[in-house]
Amino acid sequence: MEIFQFEFMQRAFVSGMVIAVIAPGIGMFLVVRRYSLMADTLAHVSLAGVAIGMLTNANPLVAAVISTVIAALGIERLRSTKTIFGESVLALFLSGSLAISAVLLSLARGLNANLLSVLFGSIVTVSHQDVILTVALGIVVILTIFIFYHQLFTVSFDEEVARVNGMNVAFYNSLIVVLAAITVSLAIRVVGVLLIGALMVIPSIAALQWQLSFRKSLLLAMLFSVISVFVGLISSYYFDLASGGTIVLVTIALFLFSLFLNRR
Amino acid sequence: MILPNHMKEGRPIIECEEVEFSYGATPVLENVSFVVPEGDYVGILGPNGSGKTTLLKIILGLIKPTSGQVRVMGTPVDVLPSSLRSQIGFVPQRISEGRLEFPATVEEIVVSGRIPLRKVLGRLNDTDRTKAHDAMKVANILSFKNRLITQLSGGQVQRVMIARALCTDAKILVLDEPTVGVDVGSQEQFYEFIKELNEEMGITILFVSHDIDVITHESKTVLCLNRTLVCHGPSREVLNSEALQKLYGKKLKFILHGH
Repeated sequence: MEIFQFEFMQRAFVSGMVIAVIAPGIGMFLVVRRYSLMADTLAHVSLAGVAIGMLTNANPLVAAVISTVIAALGIERLRSTKTIFGESVLALFLSGSLAISAVLLSLARGLNANLLSVLFGSIVTVSHQDVILTVALGIVVILTIFIFYHQLFTVSFDEEVARVNGMNVAFYNSLIVVLAAITVSLAIRVVGVLLIGALMVIPSIAALQWQLSFRKSLLLAMLFSVISVFVGLISSYYFDLASGGTIVLVTIALFLFSLFLNRR
Repeated sequence: MILPNHMKEGRPIIECEEVEFSYGATPVLENVSFVVPEGDYVGILGPNGSGKTTLLKIILGLIKPTSGQVRVMGTPVDVLPSSLRSQIGFVPQRISEGRLEFPATVEEIVVSGRIPLRKVLGRLNDTDRTKAHDAMKVANILSFKNRLITQLSGGQVQRVMIARALCTDAKILVLDEPTVGVDVGSQEQFYEFIKELNEEMGITILFVSHDIDVITHESKTVLCLNRTLVCHGPSREVLNSEALQKLYGKKLKFILHGH
């Protein structure tokens, strides 16, 4: 296909495919823990990270990874100590980081053109450096999920029972949010801040409609996500659409298809 | 510490020594001391707010007592190693109420009981799968091992949780209001199964219930709790109307049905 002759498309596809696999890989654990909004909250934090990166001339993706990981651990700590309700913690971080982003972006005048691509994803913005970072951290995320799959499953199934059986629940909870934070940050370029939450959650809930075992649901969610990113990127190239939007529309189509075929 | 007369032979598996617990200034448990010998079948009875669930959580090491000490299998519960912790099977109340909506199969849930025994990088092996298979056989759930737990009834989900505990060779089974979401017909079967686990496999059972009838018929020992220990001993001996009056604060007519 001619589109692969362009280097920017090759970069977009490599990054996109890595994100397609890891987003539902970690998203599924958030969904079954009733913690879907975590993805969106971290995405807003990553926007603040990007703004900090732009202002300080640091790599925006690196700045996003660092700030979301710190925020994720902060959220998890507040949630586990039950100082504030879990949901309110998310609201606090979501609006707080959006406020920080608004202030920082207004300080950095002239960057507004970039803002749209950060919010909705753009295939032309993936740099060589971004691809290296995405592939490297993507491999770390996938390997971590693979190595700790059973532990993450057990802790997600029932935290209290896991704690009674002597598992280090706090460690695995932190692991899940840190992996989510990294995933969200990596997806800024291709999917965009406002839509990454959808790529983490929608393929997972689409897969769950098929009533399969947890492991098969996880693999099906990854397949749905890979299809969505592939179709999304190609149509984004041919019709000049925002990549994040087209990707998420495909996931929604797959969700409706799954819902329709499995209706009871 | 004094063991109930009828259980003098077993060595202590749970020991509570002057356990106190309070939320801020509100006392929940005061001076609770008792010993559960290995192989006992203990029903914890008490009105709402009597501290039953708090006591369970302290025994399970989920919360720390304000003062006093709890030893499980001879070791203080706060330093109990994972190898011993995995021998405690716990079925929380939300599971018996069917408030468990987790998209996994029966087999996935049961075999996950083996995870705490694995080292951090350890994977499940054939021994784990054989143990899970045997546990499902004992709990009589093998025929639906590939079904999602969301498709099961409250009673079936409980058997899944018990099988999950059995596959780690559980020594203690702790059940919080185990038959709240279970229909009357299945309740009898359920308690028959628990009795088998206790008598044939020697598993120590500790369960919380507000159902006096169930406790007197099923358990060997009863532990009446109303912030402090009201009585502790063989169910039929201890549960008289005087004890119940102390427990519930009013006169209750108590009839023992002969089964």
